[in-house]
Amino acid sequence: MKPFAYARPGDVAEAVRDVVAEPNAVFLAGGTNLVDHLRLGVARPDLVVDVRTLTSREVTDLPDGGLRLGAASTNSQVAADPRVRERWPVLAQALLAGATGQLRNMATTGGNPLQRTRCVYFQDVTTPCNKREPGSGCSAVGGYTRYHAVLGTPAALPDPTAPETCIATHPSDMAVALAALDAQVQVLGPAGERTVPFTELHRLPGDDPSRDTVLEHGDLITAIDLPALPAGTRSAYRKVRDRASYAFALISVAAAVTPDGDLRLALGGVAHKPWRATRAEEVLRGQQLTEDAVRAAIAAELAAAQPQPGIDSGNGFKIPLVARTVLATVRGLPPEEQS
Amino acid sequence: MTDLLEPRAMGQDLVRRDGELKVRGTATYAYETPVEHPAYAHPVQATIARGRVTAMDTAAAEALDGVLAVLTPFDAERLASTEDAEYAVLQGPDVGFRGQLIGVVVAETSELARQAADAVVVSYDQQPHDAELSADRPDLYAPDQVNAGHETDTAEGDVAAAMAAAEVTLERTYSTAMYHNNPLEPHATTALWEPAGDGFLTLWDSTQGVHPDRAAVCQVFGLDQEQVRVVCPYVGGGFGSKGLPHANVMLAALAARALPGRPVKLALTRQQMFSLAGYRTPTIQRMQLAADHRGRLSAIAIDVVEQTSKVKEFAEQTGVPTRMMYASPSRRSTHRLAALDVPIPSWMRAPGECPGMFGPEVAMDELAEELGIDPIELRVRNEPDVDPETGKPWSSRNLVRCLREGAERFGWSGPRAHRDGDWLVGTGVASSVYPTMRQATSTANVRYEGGRYVAEIGAADLGTGAWTILPQITADALGVDVADVDVRIGDTRYPVASVAGGSSGTNTWGSALVVAAREFRTKFGADPRDGDEASGDVDQAGQDDTHSPYAFGAQFVEARVNADTGEIRVPRLLGVFGVGRVINPRTARSQLIGGMTMGLSMALHENSAWDPAVGQVANHDLAEYHITVNADVGAIEAHWIDEHDPYVNAMGSKGIGEIGIVGTAAAVVNAVHAATGVRVRHLPVTLDKLLTALP
Ligand SMILES: Cc1cc2nc3c(=O)[nH]c(=O)nc-3n(C[C@H](O)[C@H](O)[C@H](O)COP(=O)(O)OP(=O)(O)OC[C@H]3O[C@@H](n4cnc5c(N)ncnc54)[C@H](O)[C@@H]3O)c2cc1C
Ligand code: SF4
Repeated sequence: MKPFAYARPGDVAEAVRDVVAEPNAVFLAGGTNLVDHLRLGVARPDLVVDVRTLTSREVTDLPDGGLRLGAASTNSQVAADPRVRERWPVLAQALLAGATGQLRNMATTGGNPLQRTRCVYFQDVTTPCNKREPGSGCSAVGGYTRYHAVLGTPAALPDPTAPETCIATHPSDMAVALAALDAQVQVLGPAGERTVPFTELHRLPGDDPSRDTVLEHGDLITAIDLPALPAGTRSAYRKVRDRASYAFALISVAAAVTPDGDLRLALGGVAHKPWRATRAEEVLRGQQLTEDAVRAAIAAELAAAQPQPGIDSGNGFKIPLVARTVLATVRGLPPEEQS
Repeated sequence: MTDLLEPRAMGQDLVRRDGELKVRGTATYAYETPVEHPAYAHPVQATIARGRVTAMDTAAAEALDGVLAVLTPFDAERLASTEDAEYAVLQGPDVGFRGQLIGVVVAETSELARQAADAVVVSYDQQPHDAELSADRPDLYAPDQVNAGHETDTAEGDVAAAMAAAEVTLERTYSTAMYHNNPLEPHATTALWEPAGDGFLTLWDSTQGVHPDRAAVCQVFGLDQEQVRVVCPYVGGGFGSKGLPHANVMLAALAARALPGRPVKLALTRQQMFSLAGYRTPTIQRMQLAADHRGRLSAIAIDVVEQTSKVKEFAEQTGVPTRMMYASPSRRSTHRLAALDVPIPSWMRAPGECPGMFGPEVAMDELAEELGIDPIELRVRNEPDVDPETGKPWSSRNLVRCLREGAERFGWSGPRAHRDGDWLVGTGVASSVYPTMRQATSTANVRYEGGRYVAEIGAADLGTGAWTILPQITADALGVDVADVDVRIGDTRYPVASVAGGSSGTNTWGSALVVAAREFRTKFGADPRDGDEASGDVDQAGQDDTHSPYAFGAQFVEARVNADTGEIRVPRLLGVFGVGRVINPRTARSQLIGGMTMGLSMALHENSAWDPAVGQVANHDLAEYHITVNADVGAIEAHWIDEHDPYVNAMGSKGIGEIGIVGTAAAVVNAVHAATGVRVRHLPVTLDKLLTALP
């Protein structure tokens, strides 16, 4: 652990200024991810700016029927909010499927989507990792890939020495639900406020795996907005993991079906970002959600999937698992309300 | 026959004497020992798996304000003995595995020590490493013996001929994963050298045996026993990994030696425990069974391949239970090792029996299926009258009773598979076994002091219950109320005691306490005076060697597999054991269900994902190395039969610390097979291994 300065400024504007002024500064919220990284040497900031008490803890109604989740609202709080439970159950379920009660009490709306990958090589500073140390290579290729990506990767077994190689997944459950819900991220940056669609917040590795999101240095998430869903929308989150609790997703599925039969589908544990299954959605547009139709749609989504070989047979199992879990999730949606 | 005690305190489910302290958080563990002005040590570890350290630049570390000492292989003092290569810390530049200790920093705070350790710049001459186990390596070798002094290979009759002649044969290869003990309390030490004189060392160390710990330290540092005191009243779990000291203890003592008079604390991080605190080797088990159509075995054979470290040999005795478990005229067992550039394997709960009852107990289920015989019935048909290995009669063997009573309690009869909504449900069974062992040395004192009876013995309580049950035994041996007895343990100031290992603690220390108590009564009668004292050695206790002493058990599992995702749940786990007299049902049940839970964990979750390219366990923390959590455990029951064994010891008790983990994983595999038709022969049972067979 490297020593760092700690600041708790007076307000969010000052917090942004503090971070902008120090190139090696980071925001701290619940600390459940960042503090681990400080200990492990994965994060080595000179300045830690604590924003937990500066951003809002409130969950407030928006005029159009949506909901605003203040960046400092906790995962437990949002999961328990009656409005979320009733109108966005997929989000409440995703939150409750994540981590443990203790962690959810600390983890925040702003911090959760910005948690970093659980790739074991990323978390171990003694192994090469392009995300942690750009240009050092990717130790995951052919290694422990059970929790790694099958979508959005150029190839199975990409070149481990290439600086752009990264096959990590984004680990958040919450983020998968937010991607399906077309959430909007409120950002305060050096140049003022702006709104980023949640599906555009995270990025694929491209030529710079060190960047998880499109946020720039000094960009602070102040809130995440949930747009209203058409009345009667049914939604659910299904997480598949190696033990019944306290484990990251092998894969996960967030699904919402509007009364018109439009499916919104996002996948977790499959890519460098929460994966909005736009291709499957397109295939299904205007169609009845029969088993066959959903199966064909998900097959289209997975057509470009690349299984990664590795220890314990790699992660090829994710491809059929995603297909099966999507079908089961859609099948298991609560019945339409009789009007 | 031994002279059995009449149970009065024994058999009562007394609450743990140390329970309140632990619940209140006031039981002091090694790292928390209140000492004055402690300093903190943090190791430097090799980041290559094989080669040599050519230079260590410690300037940046030493320049940090508050760093007190930096030791490297180039300047650390020479130890008196480097005979045990695991303990020869900082004695040379060679690196034998990734994570090996190559330095230590001592500083005013633990954070600073860690920062300084990170600041040490190491240069290596790196050599290619060899760290991948397989059964077809050309360099597999037969060790001289396997753990606990067992023979490497045994053979009786002619397995090949029996296989050729048999009506039914089964040949299968099974494997168990690499596992790390992962006790909750990390390996931790507070070490203090007296500043003056020729050196007196105190170690507050988290250990399963203060005396064995001391003996190892004395040897390494060239000290007399009188020069070292080891204290350890409480242990936050060990599961074998604290049975023998590991290199961290020697490093802590070495670091403290640089600062005489100043206590130095060293606790391994969770990640460090994955390379420094021992682990269970992966095993590959080739099984052969030959039987007639009624299921009577004519041959049973196991050929085991496993790994050890080139630094130091440890050979897990995986093939041992096959030698005695079932009646079969032809039997064979072999062990072959690959010596690799890997951390040093060691004891983990039920070494030998735990992995060694996986292959055989799945194979028995496979044979039962092949023959169309109920798996319980198959086992009953192969029940040996005497120990097949030694020819001796059993001290008591109640496997069949355990199987039958378990079947009754579990509701075994009827179909083993059905579907319940989205879930495929199946049931499975397997046998458990564990030898009843007694160690050769242990001494106890019993004294009358201020109107109470005080017994002293350097025993260890790893959360197992020794604090509570040793007074129960002593009380019955003295014929007094248990409330009037104190037993003091966990300090080398008390008489010598053996390691808490091999489920031998109660047998060994209890026997010594009984000898001491009886001696006390013989000497001082029923009305002792203050200060009267007697001692007793375990070797004075009656020892029967005309019988073969083992505990047996049967475990039953209900497994549910999700028809969509393959997720596996185990809502029911039930074990019935024959473990002699149960001295305290509360602590005994805790040991048995703890073992079964660890067995479930082995079946479904635990897996040290070894990355042979890097040369380390990839998932080396508790977020990624999965251990079964509460949500994974449904109804779990441990029962025991009323077993009377007059041959084992004066308490009539067998060990219970390890048998619970034996057989569980096989029972889970057998249940999952019943549910899905998939026979998972390579642990752990994870959903990816079931997916293709799902509807
Ligand atoms: C053992 C374990 C198991 C877990 N299991 C799961 C799981 O199953 N599913 C799951 O989804 N998650 C899981 N988590 C992760 C957990 O959900 C995240 O650590 C948590 O949500 C992060 O939120 P935080 O507020 O603590 O963020 P912090 O740790 O404070 O910060 C995380 C990152 O976000 C940045 N940041 C924080 N707030 C802001 C802001 N307002 N604006 C800009 N940047 C910001 C920080 O600089 C940092 O980079 C687990 C964590 C642990 C330790
Ligand atoms: S997958 Fe990405 S995060 Fe993991 S080692 Fe490779 S570059 Fe690093």
